[in-house]
Amino acid sequence: MSDSANLPEVETLTTTIAASDLVKRYGERLALRGVSLTAGRGELVAVIGPNGAGKTTLLSILAGIQRPDEGTISVEPTRVGWVPQQPALYGKLTVAENLMLFARLERAPDPKATVERMLELTDLRDRSGDQVGTLSGGNRQRVNIAIGLLAEPEVLLLDEPSTGLDPRQRERLWEFILRLAETGTTVVYATHHIPEADRYANQLIVLADGERVFDGSPRELEQATGTTGLDFERAFVEYLQQRGH
Amino acid sequence: MAWLLLKDLRILRRSPLMVALLVIYPIVIAVLIGFALSRGPDKPKVAFYNGLSVSASTIELGGQKLNLAGEEGALFKDIDVVEVDSPAAVRQKVRDGAVLAGIVIPKDLASNLQSTLESGKLQVFYNSEDPAKQAYVENTIEAQVKAANASLTKRIAEEALRLLNLIGDGGTYNFLGQDFDVLGLKRAEAILDDARASLPPPKREELDEVIDFTDLARDNLSFSDDVLNVVGEPIKVSSRSLSGGRTSLDEFAVALAASVSLMFITLLLAAGMLAVEREENAFPRLVRGLVSRSALLAEKAGLAAVCSTAVCLLMLMGLGLFVDLDWSRFALWVVAMAGGALAFAALGLAIGTLAREVRAASLLAFMLALPLAFLALVPSGAVAPALYDVIRAVSAVFPFKPTLDALDAALNDAGGLGTALLHLAALVVAFGALSRLALRRFAA
Repeated sequence: MSDSANLPEVETLTTTIAASDLVKRYGERLALRGVSLTAGRGELVAVIGPNGAGKTTLLSILAGIQRPDEGTISVEPTRVGWVPQQPALYGKLTVAENLMLFARLERAPDPKATVERMLELTDLRDRSGDQVGTLSGGNRQRVNIAIGLLAEPEVLLLDEPSTGLDPRQRERLWEFILRLAETGTTVVYATHHIPEADRYANQLIVLADGERVFDGSPRELEQATGTTGLDFERAFVEYLQQRGH
Repeated sequence: MAWLLLKDLRILRRSPLMVALLVIYPIVIAVLIGFALSRGPDKPKVAFYNGLSVSASTIELGGQKLNLAGEEGALFKDIDVVEVDSPAAVRQKVRDGAVLAGIVIPKDLASNLQSTLESGKLQVFYNSEDPAKQAYVENTIEAQVKAANASLTKRIAEEALRLLNLIGDGGTYNFLGQDFDVLGLKRAEAILDDARASLPPPKREELDEVIDFTDLARDNLSFSDDVLNVVGEPIKVSSRSLSGGRTSLDEFAVALAASVSLMFITLLLAAGMLAVEREENAFPRLVRGLVSRSALLAEKAGLAAVCSTAVCLLMLMGLGLFVDLDWSRFALWVVAMAGGALAFAALGLAIGTLAREVRAASLLAFMLALPLAFLALVPSGAVAPALYDVIRAVSAVFPFKPTLDALDAALNDAGGLGTALLHLAALVVAFGALSRLALRRFAA
């Protein structure tokens, strides 16, 4: 086993989100071919795969941004937080103003208190008056995630959350996400950074050409390829090659 | 939606350069267009030599004095006169390019006119360095010479008529300060009638022929009034407007300036503010249950329409300091502007859905705006009838022309406000629906 983080325990009995046989077509192209997924409370689910595998499409369907052509979301959480790959923030507004705007749009019962809580959670209180356009990529991503958390979601969907961050910023980001998972939030994230999936996932879903080719833990993936103890990224590539991708 | 509106206003407040450009640029363009439309070209410089001495500049036509120097005022009202002291100096200034043209009034102009046997001749020299100005100078001088000719012809005709009446009816004729008694055909006929009675019958027949001639000559002279009036003014103009409004050029320029400003501000704001949502990647997050797509479009359209209407009303108030505006029609101005602004906003949203960035949206809006304005201003007769029909059809599917009509009606009581507002309402619905459809691919 490689250097996995101390992941929180998962309440597998409490399923917070489940989708079955999702199909999505873009014209002639099949982006998803019958993909299913189930996640429990506090679980960290990594969705990995080559470019164009369907990761973002899967997350956007789970977030309710797109509708599947076939299949259903059998267990639909009442509150889903969604964090897109590119920070969806207004650069001319301050951190606090961005949080306040979305808190109001989310109809948070006490927007001011919610913003205070998010500033605390993201360690951005000192920067709350700064315009988002002046923040570093890491801090911008933290605000981006904080907005996804405003509605106190049961499930948080993150699309490539660490893209563009330096190692130190990535480390801080994952500490933050792990804390969320510890409090019971289910986190489903897509990533290109394979070591992240190894370190920060209870469950790994491998997509290739819109098809789910693996569903299990990172260790199970290593076992399936017979590469236990080797570099996890190599195990992932080996797995895909063995299945003709 | 109120929070989104507040957010957009805050973003605008923090973009002072963009807002300043957005407000100042269209106003400058609008004022320039209005100015260009309502003013002719600058007065071109024309060198002028008057060969007439002060006394010679007054000619006498049948006892009536006509001051040629006074006619200069009419002749030169559209040109900037540079007086010189010789015909050679006129030619030199034209050659040097110091003036665009030169006019020489020869010494014999007055005597030629007075003789009524020979035309007076003006000499005109041109400089062709600027073809546009040369054409303007030529046209101006030709037009003014024609006007002076018409004025002189009328006076000469009047004088000829007076002389003919003198021949017919007799009277006093003044020449070189001396009065002469002219017998006239009427009195000659009376004398002949008296003389006839005292003549023997064979001689009477010969005198009857003379009396018949004087009678015939007098009858025919009575028609000369009408003939000479026609010669003095062969063509009279009776004008009547069959279509279009009653707006003067200055008043139309105000409506045009307001329409151009309204178009630029609204298009750029609506397109830009919608594109901001895409540029900042906020659109998918917003429409994921927080705001409906239709509400988002309505918010952007409302913001753009209210801001542009407010700016254009301020602009009109500023123009009102220099131009007479009918303030009692203020409520109609607001209605016309709001109608135009909403139609432009709907078009701006449609443009905004095509762009991924604010800059691209602004460029698209800008590129579309000017041709639309120019198309709507092409007058009938300037192009082939078939092309004009196409231009009219194209102008009808965009908001500039109906906005101009509505503002002209509201500002200048030109009529047709209701029709223009209905036209704008139809465009709001059409472009609104188009934007809503286009927004489907916005999140992709």
